[in-house]
Amino acid sequence: MVTSGAGSVPPGLPGLDPRFSHVLRVPDGGAPVPAGVARPVGAAEWHYLDNGPELAARGIEPVGTVLAVHGNPTWSYLWRDLVSLATERAVDEAAATGERPGGVPDAWRVVAVDQLEMGLSARSGRQRSLPERVATLITFTDELGLDGPVVTLGHDWGGVVSLGWAVDHPDLLAGVVLLNTAVHQPEGVPIPAALRLALAPPVHRLGTSTTRAFLETTLGLAHPRLPREVADAYRLPYRTAADRTGIEGFVADIPATAGHRSRAELDRIATGVAALDVPALLLWGPRDPIFSDRYLDDLVSRLPQARVHRFEGAGHLVAEDVDYAAPVLDWLGSVRSDDDSRADAFTGPGGPSTSGVTSARESSDRTAVAPDRAASGGPPFRPIWAALDARADDDATREAPAVLDMTGAGPATVSWQALDRQVRRIAAGLHSIGVRRGDRVSLLVQPGPTLTALVYACLRIGAVVVVADAGLGVRGLTRAQRGAWPQYLIGQTRALAAARAMGWPGVRIAAEPLGAVRRRALGVDHELFDVARAGEGHELPPEPGPEDEAAVLFTSGSTGPAKGVVYTHARLSALRDALAGHFGVGPETGLVTGFAPFALLGPALGTRSVTPDMDVSAPRTLTARAVADAVRASDARMVFLSPAAILNVVDTAGSLEAADRAALERVETFLSTGAPISADLLGSAQSLMPNARAHTPYGMTECLLVTDITLDGIRDAASAPDDGVCVGRPIADDAAGGVAISALDDDGAAAGAPSSAPEVHGVLGEVLVRAPHLKERYDRLWLTDVAAERDTPPGHWHRTGDVGHLDAAGRLWIEGRLAHVLTTPDGPLAPVGPEQSIERVAEVRRAAVVGVGPAGVQQAVAVVELVASSDRPARRAGLAPQELDAAVRASSSVALAAVLVVPQMPTDVRHNSKIDRVRLARWADGVLAGGRVGAP
Amino acid sequence: MTVLVTGASGLLGGAVARILVGRGEQVRTLQRSPSGVLGAEDVAGSVTDAATVARAADGVDAVVHLAAKVSLAGDPAEFAHVNVDGTRLLLDAAERAGVQRFVQVSSPSVAHAGSSLVGVSAEPADPARARGEYARTKAASELLALSRDRGAAGAARASLSVRNPGLNPDEQRRSQPGDDGGTPDAAADFSVVAVRPHIVWGPGDTQLVERVIDRASSGRLPLLGHGATLIDTTYLDNAAAGIVAALDRLLDRPEIVRGRAYVLTNGEPRPVADLLAGICRAGGVEPPRWRVPVGLARTAGGLIEALWRVRPGTDEPPMTRFLAEQLSTAHWFDQRAVRAELGWRPAVSIDEGMRRLAAHYGGTVG
Repeated sequence: MVTSGAGSVPPGLPGLDPRFSHVLRVPDGGAPVPAGVARPVGAAEWHYLDNGPELAARGIEPVGTVLAVHGNPTWSYLWRDLVSLATERAVDEAAATGERPGGVPDAWRVVAVDQLEMGLSARSGRQRSLPERVATLITFTDELGLDGPVVTLGHDWGGVVSLGWAVDHPDLLAGVVLLNTAVHQPEGVPIPAALRLALAPPVHRLGTSTTRAFLETTLGLAHPRLPREVADAYRLPYRTAADRTGIEGFVADIPATAGHRSRAELDRIATGVAALDVPALLLWGPRDPIFSDRYLDDLVSRLPQARVHRFEGAGHLVAEDVDYAAPVLDWLGSVRSDDDSRADAFTGPGGPSTSGVTSARESSDRTAVAPDRAASGGPPFRPIWAALDARADDDATREAPAVLDMTGAGPATVSWQALDRQVRRIAAGLHSIGVRRGDRVSLLVQPGPTLTALVYACLRIGAVVVVADAGLGVRGLTRAQRGAWPQYLIGQTRALAAARAMGWPGVRIAAEPLGAVRRRALGVDHELFDVARAGEGHELPPEPGPEDEAAVLFTSGSTGPAKGVVYTHARLSALRDALAGHFGVGPETGLVTGFAPFALLGPALGTRSVTPDMDVSAPRTLTARAVADAVRASDARMVFLSPAAILNVVDTAGSLEAADRAALERVETFLSTGAPISADLLGSAQSLMPNARAHTPYGMTECLLVTDITLDGIRDAASAPDDGVCVGRPIADDAAGGVAISALDDDGAAAGAPSSAPEVHGVLGEVLVRAPHLKERYDRLWLTDVAAERDTPPGHWHRTGDVGHLDAAGRLWIEGRLAHVLTTPDGPLAPVGPEQSIERVAEVRRAAVVGVGPAGVQQAVAVVELVASSDRPARRAGLAPQELDAAVRASSSVALAAVLVVPQMPTDVRHNSKIDRVRLARWADGVLAGGRVGAP
Repeated sequence: MTVLVTGASGLLGGAVARILVGRGEQVRTLQRSPSGVLGAEDVAGSVTDAATVARAADGVDAVVHLAAKVSLAGDPAEFAHVNVDGTRLLLDAAERAGVQRFVQVSSPSVAHAGSSLVGVSAEPADPARARGEYARTKAASELLALSRDRGAAGAARASLSVRNPGLNPDEQRRSQPGDDGGTPDAAADFSVVAVRPHIVWGPGDTQLVERVIDRASSGRLPLLGHGATLIDTTYLDNAAAGIVAALDRLLDRPEIVRGRAYVLTNGEPRPVADLLAGICRAGGVEPPRWRVPVGLARTAGGLIEALWRVRPGTDEPPMTRFLAEQLSTAHWFDQRAVRAELGWRPAVSIDEGMRRLAAHYGGTVG
């Protein structure tokens, strides 16, 4: 067998300075090893990257050390960016703060080893088991004299080895960071197919050492492809078959079976990890054929305190796919308290955890975190089901209708008592099949009485409902299901079929009866009917607390991949209270809900809700008569409709009869929710409900009710000189909530100190919101959380990504998205105001104002789509004809470099309404620089 | 202040001289034909004549140098003689006469390599990359002028210019501070700024406006490509005011502007088709209707240019490669530095300029 000593890093590898390369001779086998493992003897040379000597030479004392362990078949080159950036930041920090006893804050030493038989470390020819790998790493750090605090960092099987070191050093350990790895293989779940193949005897040696197949396959997992020089650097230590025996040995050491020699050590580590009480950071690439989200979910359940970020689009080599080094160092800085005492520095995270699962331990930690409502002396917490309980318990109301469904043949009515009973049966039944507090339950059920009962049942037992709109499409839903990784999935047949076909996670529960054959075909474990029957008469488990997670709602996905938004029970209840308080909803109000999210709040508000006859997944199917019928059937005073539904209701108003009109006259409040709507359309709808006050609130998945404006308010605002869409005043406008503006700088960045004071009135900036019913955080998107809370005032604020301004009357005006702001020589320019001015040209159906040219000197360009009745339909994209050009320029509120016409605007797939301005800007930039016209 | 304006018989030179006369400066002009500027003292002659140039420079405080051979095609030697040698003579004379401020009026084409320019700032002049004899010789003369600046920035430029093949060894020697043929004390304060107005147009402009109107009226003005390419231009009055602003900054903020080159435009890039159509309408003629693919126009331009060199006629060539590039690739510039450092903003917008053009030529605005 070939043996060789350690090498060192040659000059010229991209991103790696050879001065960080070191070799240390370490006794091989000197550390205690578990019984039954052969005790190796002799010494081995370790190659490792270390910025310690560099820091020492500059007189910088680090606050701690990151011990980084690569996986198979990479080497310490994987961690080059972290070594470089840590050094750079330490030097900058030392220059800025000078020397301080106890180390320079944010100065971190990084030690990144090449495991024995791997990278540039020595080759002994021996195949090393997991316990031996952990033991030899400990010998190495002993020989190095590594002192605490230490944060371990690992990727792939290096993650396991690093955690082995971590659980054996509780006194030194200050935190753990993991990139795509796993410590546990669930019973009955096969190991990933790619590894099964690599382990198959005929494939194993051939694939790992004889040929470079395993190495090349792994390098091929990068998204985007690795630059050739970087891939070559990864190949450097693995050029000959002898070099690659370590790869073969590592693959052989995967504990694929229960009797494997490394299984006991893996189980020991897995158990030890769950007992770790240090801050943790999990950075994950979901496009990983080996370590899928299943393993992330397992790690999250073991490390519930972990900050988690899934980099959508990144894969197994997440450290190559995204910038991981800056987030790691930022995280190290954020978990470290200002206290210079190292012992105290890492005792716990500074705020609510970002974990996906709420464990009992976490719940107790969280009681220390006061929600905004408590801080502001808001109303005491009432569970979301409190009103439902009260109505069902009250003799006077128990038989009264709680939920009416008019989508079927005839109206189906569910009384308060019946709804309560169904909720309790399902709740107890779910508990009986193993659903526990903190477990996620994905609900893929059409709005209606069944969905309503399911939602309240899950909430009652502390299960977290995962709600993603079918409008995301199968691909979007797949992304959402994998991201949230629910333990249970309750769906109707179509959803179950998609779950089966796309491999969505979760124990499958059918919401409707299926035959045995279809049950098997769809991989369904339970039927809801049986679950509910099993729960009959059973006691319910204890109620969840206000800070327990209640729901993960997915954003619409019209601005990038849909994001999961986490709500706690406190925040969900606050949403109910905001709705009740602002719109005056009482027990006798009655709601007609043509917009699903609010339909679910009826029982929470303690008032009856009715779904009118429509295809709930297609708002355009709602007619004026169906609304009138629903109002009459429930004697409702309040109507919720989406803009698409309103359009059709107005269009079908001609079929209303006198009795219908009389019913609609009883409506007192009418809400258009979900997207902006024109004053004309809102006015047309209100004319059908002449005694109703029309409102249109502004909000987003992260905060469903931010501001509100009435039709009269919109008409008042029309005469104001402000640019943008007036969305009214904040709904929560007190110590607990409000709106603030963070002014844009010349580069279009929201750099201004957030404020709502008069000095920001009229100033264009990013809109920040705060409310008791604001989201808790994003799901497994820690970096997105950090960005959304960047430089926010005290309290729980959220950067919306919308831009606009406040006026002197305290009204908020929305002027577009931050990402669409133009940076002109005269400063930042938001698109919506100019677009509105251009859309006043009769011939223009839609306008988009985009910037061309480099940031800071961008020129505004109008791209217009013409009305169908235009005399000059644009069959091809190009410059606007002269008369149109002149009309657009005359109408525009800003100077335009050019006016372009397109036959059709590029829009998002999701809504076919939001113009894809980024794409349009890229197209206009090319055309106006002399490029080909084509189509945007 | 006594100011010498060369090339004042031209449209832009005359406009500069009129502004200076209008605000009470002593203005002397130098050109072959009468300047027609009321209140200015004309010196008749060529910038290539040493004695005339010395006489013109005598006793002046500042020079604004606009005189140049401006054409789209022609004899290379003639371009070099007027644009490079003429500038050298003027610089020499100015230094000897104790002139303290020198504004070299140049062109963005000195740094233009035929590619699209989108929101760029002023790059250093480069005769090797400039396209066409006019641009090449203007690049050399700009480098020459800036190399004479005696300030810190000028010294830095001068050291750069040593590597510049456009300067002969004598100029390289001269460009070293404190070593020149003039009076050392006076030359120590010699400050130079280069201003590059981009596509200047206005009433009476024979270079662009009247050529476009003339060609369009005889059906010889094609549009190149789709015509959407953004071109920034400079209305005449703005260009003149910008040049005067540069002269003033040499007096009150020399440390910022000396030794530097500024591209001057209206800061309102427009699609080339819109500009040409606007000029045509202002001139009372139909805008062009026929289009020539860009590649074909470039090839044809090169061919015609070559033919013209062999058989020079009385008319300008209808299309040269340089013009084809000018009209088919984007040309617009970052105006932030020029506005901040020269303390100048264009007073006349493109739309207002078109109205004035229409008033002058009796056309329409649309």
